[in-house]
Amino acid sequence: MTTEIGHFALLLALAMAVIQSSVSLIGAARGDNSLMQAGAAAARAQVLCVTTAFAALTYAYVTSDFSVENVWTNSHSAQPMLYKAAGVWGNHEGSMLLWVLILALFGALVATFGGNLASSLRARVLAVQGAIAVAFLLFIVATSNPFLRLDPAPADGRELNPLLQDPGLAFHPPFLYLGYVGFSVAFAFAVAALIEGRVDAAWARWVRPWTLLAWTFLTIGIAMGSWWAYYELGWGGWWFWDPVENASFMPWLAGTALLHSALVVEKRDALKVWTVLLAIIAFSLSLVGTFLVRSGVLTSVHAFAVDPERGVFILVILTIFIGGSLALYAWRAPALRPGGLFAPVSREGALVVNNLLLTVACAAVFIGTLYPLALEAVTGDKISVGAPFFDATFAPIMVPLLVLAPFGPFLAWKRADLAGTAQRLLFALAVAVFGTIAAHAAAGSEGPLLAPLGIGLGLWLIAGAVSEIFWRIRAFNAPLRETLRRAVNLPRAQIGAALAHAGVGVVVLGITGVTAWRVAQIVEMQPGDTQEIAGYTVTFEGVAPRRGPNYSETVAGFRVARRGRPVDSFESSKRSYDVQRMTTTEAGIITSYTGDLYVAIGDEGPGGLTVRLWYNPLVPLIWFGAIIMALGGLISLSDRRLRIGAPRRARRDDTAREGAPA
Amino acid sequence: MTRRRRRVILLAGAAAVLGLATALMLTALEDSIVFFYSPSDIAERGLASGERIRLGGLVEEGSLVRGQGLTITFKVTDLENAVAVSYTGVPPDLFREGQGVVTEGAFDRSGAFIADTVLAKHDENYMPPEVADALKARGVWQEK
Repeated sequence: MTTEIGHFALLLALAMAVIQSSVSLIGAARGDNSLMQAGAAAARAQVLCVTTAFAALTYAYVTSDFSVENVWTNSHSAQPMLYKAAGVWGNHEGSMLLWVLILALFGALVATFGGNLASSLRARVLAVQGAIAVAFLLFIVATSNPFLRLDPAPADGRELNPLLQDPGLAFHPPFLYLGYVGFSVAFAFAVAALIEGRVDAAWARWVRPWTLLAWTFLTIGIAMGSWWAYYELGWGGWWFWDPVENASFMPWLAGTALLHSALVVEKRDALKVWTVLLAIIAFSLSLVGTFLVRSGVLTSVHAFAVDPERGVFILVILTIFIGGSLALYAWRAPALRPGGLFAPVSREGALVVNNLLLTVACAAVFIGTLYPLALEAVTGDKISVGAPFFDATFAPIMVPLLVLAPFGPFLAWKRADLAGTAQRLLFALAVAVFGTIAAHAAAGSEGPLLAPLGIGLGLWLIAGAVSEIFWRIRAFNAPLRETLRRAVNLPRAQIGAALAHAGVGVVVLGITGVTAWRVAQIVEMQPGDTQEIAGYTVTFEGVAPRRGPNYSETVAGFRVARRGRPVDSFESSKRSYDVQRMTTTEAGIITSYTGDLYVAIGDEGPGGLTVRLWYNPLVPLIWFGAIIMALGGLISLSDRRLRIGAPRRARRDDTAREGAPA
Repeated sequence: MTRRRRRVILLAGAAAVLGLATALMLTALEDSIVFFYSPSDIAERGLASGERIRLGGLVEEGSLVRGQGLTITFKVTDLENAVAVSYTGVPPDLFREGQGVVTEGAFDRSGAFIADTVLAKHDENYMPPEVADALKARGVWQEK
């Protein structure tokens, strides 16, 4: 019964979305306040309906109702409850429902907390959100309905894919979706602004927190995905330039550019055209990502196995929204009033360079991801573009950006003094140079020649962020009381930004460490054998069978010592899941301050058990740095000045163009 | 600085960066794209040794041999032609005789295919699109 309620709620949500979209648009065009309020009410009703549907599906999973086809395909009674619940979004239909839930949630948030927006702007934003919801709810109802029933009901299910039976599944998709579905709000704002023909500081002040929120979640989501792949897939890699990974990374790059660009619109009323375009691009890339993942056109370790008919539907949705918004942009962008002038060397100038490099880097990833698709469509040749392409294009574009990043916060608006800025960064430069030399000395002859420069780059970013904070609080340059006073009153947005930039530096350190100085070994071992790796002595103790809730495993235990003293022990296992009869490998990891020791077993051969060992220096810094970046985002969000309810600055020309009284 | 001059400088700068990036991407594409072939494609074309390619099909039943140490040899077939592959390392968990596989590597001078990557599938029912298409083209595709 609950399943049918959920199904009905879904259809109701579709109806609400249609109302939300059409009524808001008409209301805004006519300046009819009651219509606009009705649109907002429809948005709130929509989220209630979608939540009901989602709850109904979750209930079916949690109670293991195998008469629901979706539950039968993706769950089993012996599964731990965590995977029963998280399995709701571990498949195509359920994850689409999560997608529209988050979309509806953001729409309702704008409807509820958007009281300070001009009512016509808010209405148009809701109209766009509603339109997107209509498209995807239609997609779900027509092609990917999770509420289909099976008659007669099977006794038990087919089990969730064992690769997904991991705590990572509980967190990675929700955060990811909060991220790139969250960009729909920025998109809606951009389209609304184009329809209105007006982009001003108030608009930017609205766009920035939403974008920051989405960006923060996406950062966490991507980092979690990377970490999960690292420990789960048993290959010790943390990024594969897999099309699905790229699908989440491209919106992140565009979103970062958007964040910075919106800053210029808010502070200086400039770069409007670019900011609007970036907002459209960021969400468009999210949509493209959704298409790539679910249409089956690309080979990937984690594409959903979906038939092409659904792909065509999504493609149509893409064409309407991306094509439509870009057409609207081309038509209406010239109507936006150009903003303030600035000199090339200024904070605006630096942010323009930032935008440019991020956009180009995003384009590089885009081309690498979609080129195989395009080529196959045109010539029929099947090719693959892998890590070498991305390493050759992405890194050379990002490195200049990272070198320039610490300069940005020091530059003044409108016209800046480059020499003065360079002087303030001398300390950071010294730290970077010293770090490079130290890394070169420590590495000796191992690793690529340029690797110590990567360490230098990471330190440059961290030291640059620290320098900026020190400069703002006049540390070592003013009496201590003055410094402390400034430190306490430092706007959170500035702390957040510095933290985020430092976080990028930490990530760079991690990437350099693991890429340049990774040690890999593959050996056959008998019980009692030892293997030396990176100064550690790993002793294979033996294998033993073990039983889990829905799998049986063969566990290999290892003891680890360093310089004769025991350090720790870890194990790696091969699991065989009862229902799907799939084997997965679980890796063992020991994390220390300098890196990860990583072990994964293979098969038993004539010479012994195949064991793969890796030493991954500095790899935890990659995810630690991402957490720092997300923390910076959250701190920035808590800044009162960015708070959603903050009043708009009244400006004379605004009141003249204001719609119906709110 | 006038608005117009600033815009020109901006555009020139953007064009320069874009031009450089495009050159970078085209060079990288040339160097790093890897073509996909089925065993029958190879039988027809006869590939030069040293060229890095992807070879995909089904793992021929009965062809898997675990050799010395960590090297395994098997045959990749599209049910018409087969190519012998040798791989050193641990194959992914779903690698099995009779299942679809995509390998990446190159032919050595003696005509044997040395694979350095064997691609994992992510669930039992998933068939890499290229392999499915190749099998369909040969008319041997079985819809499950």
